[in-house]
Order: sequence, then C-alpha cells, then structure tokens
Amino acid sequence: MAYKISAADCTGCGACEADCPSKAIRMKGDVYAINPDKCTECVGKFDSPQCVAACPANCISHA
Amino acid sequence: MTRHIIPLDIVAKKTSAPAGAGCAAKSCGTDTAGSDLPPEVWAKVKDHPCYSEQAHHYFARMHVAVAPACNIQCNYCNRKYDCANESRPGVTSERLTPEQAVHKVAAVAARMPQLSVVGIAGPGDALADWRHTFETFDLLSRQFPDIKLCLSTNGLALPDHVDRIRELKVDHVTITINMVDPAVGEDIYAWVFYDHRRHTGREAARILHERQIEGLRRLVEAGILVKVNSVLIPGINDAHLAAVNETVRGHGAFLHNIMPLISDPAHGTRFGLDGRRGPTPAELKQLQDHLGGGARLMKHCRQCRADAVGLLGQDLSQDFTMDRVAGMTVEDRPEERRLYREFVERERLDREQAARVAERGLSAAVTVPPLLVAACSRGGGRVNQHFGHAREFQLYEVDGAGIRFVGHRRADHYCQGGHGEEDKLEAVVKALDGVSVLLAAKIGSCPSDRLKAAGITVITDHAYDYIETAVAAVYRSHRAAAAADGQAMAQAS
Repeated sequence: MAYKISAADCTGCGACEADCPSKAIRMKGDVYAINPDKCTECVGKFDSPQCVAACPANCISHA
Repeated sequence: MTRHIIPLDIVAKKTSAPAGAGCAAKSCGTDTAGSDLPPEVWAKVKDHPCYSEQAHHYFARMHVAVAPACNIQCNYCNRKYDCANESRPGVTSERLTPEQAVHKVAAVAARMPQLSVVGIAGPGDALADWRHTFETFDLLSRQFPDIKLCLSTNGLALPDHVDRIRELKVDHVTITINMVDPAVGEDIYAWVFYDHRRHTGREAARILHERQIEGLRRLVEAGILVKVNSVLIPGINDAHLAAVNETVRGHGAFLHNIMPLISDPAHGTRFGLDGRRGPTPAELKQLQDHLGGGARLMKHCRQCRADAVGLLGQDLSQDFTMDRVAGMTVEDRPEERRLYREFVERERLDREQAARVAERGLSAAVTVPPLLVAACSRGGGRVNQHFGHAREFQLYEVDGAGIRFVGHRRADHYCQGGHGEEDKLEAVVKALDGVSVLLAAKIGSCPSDRLKAAGITVITDHAYDYIETAVAAVYRSHRAAAAADGQAMAQAS
C-alpha cells in the first residue's frame, strides 16, 4: 500500500514532501521518492493522498 | 581584486552640472527627488527598482530561487521549461538551498554595489513551502541588514504568514491577482491546493480570490507596501482588469502592474498549447491609459526570471550560476553600497532638475500630436547605449503637456526563432512599431538606414544626455519643423 513518484516527470519542487503527513518522502538525487514502508496513502488522515493532490507535475500514482 | 559587473561609469559619464556642486541636496529644499509620496513611503521605495521607476535606472535586484514548490496551477505557467535565454516568471536554471542563496547574494553584492533588493519569487510560490523562504530571509537580514527583502506570491497561503513577513522586515510584497470574480478566475486556474484538498473550477477561483484579498488587506494593515501584478490575458480578463484595479486600489495596494501574457506553444502551458495569444504592446498601452486615474501603475516591469540578477532589463543571471559563484570571493563591502547610494541621491537630484528644465521648454502656442520616442540606455537615466548592444528600448511619450515614461519594448523577449543579424533587426523594427524617433549613443549605418526606411528617425546627437533632456530637444525641433512646414504651406497656397 503505497504511492510512487515517476522520476522522469518529477520536477523536484518538493510540494509533496512538504505536505506528506507521514514523512515518507525524501529527496533522492534531483527528484523525490516515496518510502513505501512509511506511506500510508493518507488513509484515516485525509480524504485524498496529499502528495497526489499537491503535485504540480501530476506525476504521483499508485505503485 | 573584485571586478564590478556593472561598471559605475555608466551613470557617471558626462555629468554636465556636477551634482552637489551648487545644488547640494539640502540647499534645493528637498531630499526626495521626483517624489510626491509621503517621506516614510519614499524612504521605502526610493532604492527599490521595481517599486520606483526612477530607482530602476540606478539600482539592481536579484531573485534567489529557493522556492520551487507551488500550490496552484495557472494556465499560463509551466515551470518544467527552462531556457537560459528566456526571461519570464517561473523560469530558473537552478534551485538553491537557503545557504547557497546567501552565498550567491554575497558573491553578487561584492561585485555590484548597485544591489539594493533581494527577492524570492519562486520559481514556484514563495509561500507554498515557506520554510526555505523564511530561513533565507532570516539569514540574509543578519548578514546584509542594509539590503531590502521582498517576496512575490499568488496569495493563497499569504494570510497565514503576514505576521512572520512583518517580523522579518520584508517591506515589499507582490501578489499576482488576475481576477476578482471567480467566474473569470475559473478560466485562468486549473486548480488550487488548499486545506489538504485539490479544488478545481469556480470553487478553486473563489478560494484563491478570498485568500488574496484577505492577504492584501492584512499586509496593508501591517504597513507593508503591496504591489499587485495582473497578467493581461486577451479574451479572458482584458475587460475585467479595470475592476481588479479598482478593487486592489480600494484595499490599499501601492502599485498595480499589468503584465502581458507570455504565451508560446513551446512553453507547454495550457494557454500556449491552446494557441491563446498575448496582448500587443498597443493593447497593453490602451489598457494602461484607460486606468490612468487608478492606482499607481507600474510600467517598467521586465517580467523577471526567478533567478534574475542585475539592473532590470540587463539580466546577468548566467554570470552567477552556482558553478561560477562557488569559486568567487565574497568579501562584503557595505561601504561601497553606502557610497553608491549617496552618489545616486546626488545624481537623481541632478537628473530631476535637468528633467524640469527640459519640460519647461515644451509648452507653446503651437501644439503637435504626441511623439513616441525610444531611447537606448544602460542605466542612469541617460542615452548611453550603442544601438547594437540594446536588448530593449525605453519608451517616452512627449507633447506640450510634458514627458511621460510609457514602458519598454524588448526585441529578444524570449527565443524568437530568428537567427542572424538581419532577423534580429527585423525583430527590432517590429518591436518599435509606432515609434517616431530613436535615441542612441551610437549606431551603425546599416541599421540606421533600415530604421529610416521604416519611418524612424535616428538621433545620436544626445549621447550621454539625460533621456528627458534629449526627448525634450527632439520634441522642440520636431515642433519647429512642423511649424515651418505649416508656414511654407500657407505661403504656397
């Protein structure tokens, strides 16, 4: 149960990292990546996964 | 040895009546050259190239790109696209950490005593991920207490941060407000991310609008000067911007800056892909003229990159990439900045006096229609640039009533697709549409002939004069010629 960032489309802006309630997102090289062990898909916290809703590049989807 | 990136002689050459000699600041009875503003407001804006048209002839600013994240999607924006030759908001070549930003400011400050302002304008939104923005400001205010701080935002997160902005002594905030009616806004914004949700359509525009106005109101209450930027989007908000002007003026905005939409399919923006065009210079001017009685209008905006460095219109960001900055010495010289500011104080008084003298000779019984004059200038408010080096032209309108700065025209606004000198010259001719006279320090015979063929008179007699002095002289001789023509016609008939 986790989301995944498409490295090819990520612009490295960090909007997802700032809004992730689980601190599951870290910079990896020039782009961001989600730690699947920490990602909770925001279940029980928010209506929608925060990284997906915040990403300006629309590059986050189900793993 | 530190090399000055902008040579100081550009403003100092041929100072005919040396400033300070015979007309020292105090003896003229005013410290506030060119200003009809309250002294406390003038003190805030006089060295800020974006808030004072006069200051932009003398002072440099830089943007540090520490804020890549954004919380809304505008249909005119796509930050993926980066081109070193391009100048438009949202574009940057590098993202900086706060520490890198401070090092870069130190490197620029050591080489550019003209530096008066450091701003954060993205490349995303300065307040979307505010942590980097405020950390950068905090570090800068400790190390460079004499340099002003400013920021630019879409306003969505603004109401949450007004207190912190005030604490950090950020005197100037720009909000981009393109509409005051969500029905208009829904065509400009694809979505906003607010309160943990992505909102779309009219609801998104309504939230953004309410947050923008609340932010504006609270900034004004806190005594912070607010500039409002509006993107003029033909067919969407062109008829609506008068209402925006009225609203932001009503809420106390200090300046309103109408910027033309930059639209190109190659940028990958929604508007670009849809083939929506930007306004022509004439359409922009028509709207600005229409708003003449409204809030103060900014007409010298260059729509800077998020990593711009230098005087407005002379972007030196490529001289200060992180690679280059890493090897630069960064010995700060606040004394040089102080001396430069003193020099400018004298210089601007001298210029203001020259402009007054120039305007005095304009009114006369014989009136002719206003003349549009373009000047090549590399700073200091003087005609001091070779035509061949000019990447933009300062435009002045002159008639019996006076001289008015009306804006600038660029010949290389972004990748034009043209190659070679001939194409470039054609682009310049196109950019100078409607201009009758061009003032330059020098010009080659070939471009001079081409401009002549396009109906533009080229004059180099006023090299290194103040622009106002030159424009007034041009107008007087133009009027004299028109009067002589009139007499000849009368005698002939």
